[in-house]
Amino acid sequence: MKLIFERGNEGQALCLMPACDVPEVTLEGFEREGKLYLPHVSENELSRHYTEIAKRVHGVNDGFYPLGSCTMKYNPKVNEEAAALPGFVGVHPLQGDKNSQGCLEVLYKIEESLAEISGMDNVTLQPAAGAHGEFTGLLLIKSYLESIGATNRKKIIVPDSAHGTNPASAVMCGFEIVNIPSGADGCVDLEALSGAVGEDTAGLMLTNPNTVGVFDKNILEITKIVHDAGGLCYYDGANLNAVMGVVRPGDMGFDCIHFNLHKTFSTPHGGGGPGSGPVGCKAFLAPFLPGIRVNKKPCGCYTSGKAEKSFGEVKAFGGNFLVVVKALTYILTLGKEGIPEAAKNAVLNANYMQACLKDDFDLAYDVICMHEFVLTLDKFHKETGISALDLAKGLLDHGIHPPTMYFPLIVHEALMIEPTETEPKEMLDEAVAVFKELKKLAYENPQALHDAPVKTPVRRLDDVRAARTPVLRYNFE
Amino acid sequence: MGSYVPSGMSERAEMLQKIGVSSIEELYAAVPAEMLVKDLKLPQGKSELEVSGEMTAISEKNKVFKTILRGAGAYDHYIPAIVKSVTSKEQLVTAYTPYQAEISQGILQSIFEYQTMICSLTGMDVSNASVYDGATAMAESVAMCKERKKTKAYISATVNPQYLEVVRTYCSAAGTDLTVIPEKDGKTDIEALKAAMGADAACFLSQQPNFYGIMEDCTALAEATHAAGAKYVLCCNPISLAICKTPAEYGADVAVGEGQPLGMPIAFGGPYLGFMATKTAMQRKLPGRIVGETVDVEGKRGFVLTLQAREQHIRREKASSNICSNQALCALTASVYLSAMGEGGLKQAAKLCTSKAHYFASELTKIEGVELVYDAPYFHEFVTTLPKSAEVLSALENAGILGGLETEKGVLWCVTEKVSKAELDRAVAIVKEVLA
Amino acid sequence: MNNPKELLYTKSHEWLKKNEDGTAYVGLTDFAQSELGDLVFVNLPAEGDPVTADEAFADVESVKAVSDVNSPVTATVVAVNDEVADQPALINETPYDAWLIQVTDIEDTAELLSAEEYEAFVENQ
Repeated sequence: MKLIFERGNEGQALCLMPACDVPEVTLEGFEREGKLYLPHVSENELSRHYTEIAKRVHGVNDGFYPLGSCTMKYNPKVNEEAAALPGFVGVHPLQGDKNSQGCLEVLYKIEESLAEISGMDNVTLQPAAGAHGEFTGLLLIKSYLESIGATNRKKIIVPDSAHGTNPASAVMCGFEIVNIPSGADGCVDLEALSGAVGEDTAGLMLTNPNTVGVFDKNILEITKIVHDAGGLCYYDGANLNAVMGVVRPGDMGFDCIHFNLHKTFSTPHGGGGPGSGPVGCKAFLAPFLPGIRVNKKPCGCYTSGKAEKSFGEVKAFGGNFLVVVKALTYILTLGKEGIPEAAKNAVLNANYMQACLKDDFDLAYDVICMHEFVLTLDKFHKETGISALDLAKGLLDHGIHPPTMYFPLIVHEALMIEPTETEPKEMLDEAVAVFKELKKLAYENPQALHDAPVKTPVRRLDDVRAARTPVLRYNFE
Repeated sequence: MGSYVPSGMSERAEMLQKIGVSSIEELYAAVPAEMLVKDLKLPQGKSELEVSGEMTAISEKNKVFKTILRGAGAYDHYIPAIVKSVTSKEQLVTAYTPYQAEISQGILQSIFEYQTMICSLTGMDVSNASVYDGATAMAESVAMCKERKKTKAYISATVNPQYLEVVRTYCSAAGTDLTVIPEKDGKTDIEALKAAMGADAACFLSQQPNFYGIMEDCTALAEATHAAGAKYVLCCNPISLAICKTPAEYGADVAVGEGQPLGMPIAFGGPYLGFMATKTAMQRKLPGRIVGETVDVEGKRGFVLTLQAREQHIRREKASSNICSNQALCALTASVYLSAMGEGGLKQAAKLCTSKAHYFASELTKIEGVELVYDAPYFHEFVTTLPKSAEVLSALENAGILGGLETEKGVLWCVTEKVSKAELDRAVAIVKEVLA
Repeated sequence: MNNPKELLYTKSHEWLKKNEDGTAYVGLTDFAQSELGDLVFVNLPAEGDPVTADEAFADVESVKAVSDVNSPVTATVVAVNDEVADQPALINETPYDAWLIQVTDIEDTAELLSAEEYEAFVENQ
């Protein structure tokens, strides 16, 4: 399809701006010299362009989206409606507490709910995404350690199965990384952990369930080992959907956590963002929190302030507020029974799909899983020449978004499948049938899979060319 | 209770049977029993009708001002109808990051178009696919400029104080030495900048227009920065770039800014859009996702995420940024906004902003006691003295007008194209009345 | 595998070519380039930078991976191969011509293997 710059004609435009009703002023000495190249289209052309764009995108509503670790659940429409309320979108962030009572109430209520769900005491809504939450949580840990004079604690322990953001965030906070290998069951190797902790340990970053979809049964021992060594425990909330309302990170021994509201709490991903990555913590870390702290007065009104020893701000204003509104809408809808019900059905769906696929594909870990599970196509690849990537591309022709590929790094030829609770059994059965059909194809006609996809708007793309000779914008000249 | 789980009891029973367990609870056998939540202290779930009513009621506790004369980092511009229509398309709202390029060409192409428009606005060669907001864009730029022997960062005191706070947080986290260059008459004290920077200077960060709305001599700032062998990062207002010199024209190495004015509502501070662009020489230093053009096996044009080995999912602890999720839908919003406005529309919006701001300032300063604090060119924000400021602002509020922001230097006013001359005259009349 | 006999090799898959003038070239082995796949970017040190035996002095990127390149010697960089920086594909095409850096003042060396020993090492990997 054409680029927006290749449509319309020079001089064409929508009529959006009125004439100037005051004397015109020019900023002499500051005038732009270069021509401003922007699209020149009519409203119809513009509208059709983006309709065509939208047709070339696979959203949650276009079909099954079992992208492991990303929790691609259905995004309820009432959330969107709430976030579009004029009483939210029209509020200036600096219009004062008196004029922003509704926004403060949203922050207060969701802080209460998220604290309860995670077993934490306080929550900041300022971080804009999961990685931003990690950065924030680690700075809480750092600030606390500095406050007790433990400045020698410079090391963050990260399992080798962790998301890449964990080590990257820790380094941004000035920590050094200690990678520890996972055990044969994909869980934390207690011996390796005990060997890694010491007087220089600042903390441990962990997901539980972990990135292979298994709940680490030794979790209390793990957090104890770290605490006994004088470190703190950080919970990466990427996999919270498996356990929300069922078991709480705070009760597992974690000191702080980030949530991914765009995963667990049904706010959409928007093609990559905006998300929201609130950070919850135990009371002893709360004095260091960034962002807007909201208090409720006996009169029922809300006031905003800063935490007493706040380490600073990680973003302007209070966070991705409209995303927070969507998550609160979701929490109010599900309530105390709906939250664990969602988690349990996510786990049920994942185990069902795992049970349906385990006779045809190798499981990386053949155990009861949580909300996701990992296939390893190592043997399959050797037998058929069909890699995890090839199988993924085959799924595209069946209207299924492929699972996460080649993650976690500790599993060869990995496909990580997370169906989520909002898929009906019928959809899971259809997807299982497609997986089996593709397996058959791999043995009978592997070339067909090497050639896949064929039904998509473009076929396989040349990544090497894109990286060797980068073309990163349209050239107008 | 509301629920989005489609499977009924009979399906759940079938699934449990296939798994070979008798209850969902059995699936949680690995969780120590004493740890299981007995009573989650949340309210009961509700129907959509109830929730919708509750959220509407909460939203109505906010005051929505008909006229907004306050900016300071959040700008109330007109949002064309087409912008809302496009950005609410289900596919675009609900898709994930475009990791599977073949079924994500729409998202990828829209980011490529966004990158092109950001380059066009800033005069730079390469843009990333967005970061969280203007403040984090500024903060992320520091890591781009650091080298083995160039490690110190400098920032002007005239930038938005919230941005300064965020840059401070990021620098302090990474152990980067950050020096604030003082202001002089509302502008960066260039002599202080020259005196401060040594051979170990990595970068200098400033803002145009600055926090007080003032247009600084950024060419001189760029020259001073380059003379010390450091990189110049300029944070700019994207609407102003329609008519004002681009960061590239000033000689900046990195252009960053807050993209919220490009079609996003003020929405109590977010979600907004951080944009970042740079010269080709520094393209691999850019954090976050970047989309590139390529071809498929049949030679057809297509787009992919590229230069990915810079990013955390590959480079892990050696990545210079941890960013993963960004503000993609906000970047799309900016693209649709810029496409709708076009060159003429955006220039007109910028001219309306600056002309109306100057008109408002001239009318306000006719009132006894109200004077411009700085004698300097400004774009669409300016600072005035204001006697009885609390009283004046409160009178404006009562008339549905959000007045300027009280700062240490005076009251910081902002005028966008949305405010008509009649509304400005009404605001002036109210100020006059209170001060009479 | 065709690993030139006159070169020395490391277990981290770099080669070292000693010159008569006391300098040496360092590059990546054929095995390394084939494992890495199509290289798209090479991040090289600057002239005058010190390099340390068994420590990373550069990294190379393929589309989906990045790998450190370790130095076989402790020395000082006298030249970097700009041609390879411009066209990383040269490493894939002619790994034993596509040197990355030239070093001088060699003080120390890592454990180095002959071509035969290196081939045996790779076989057992």
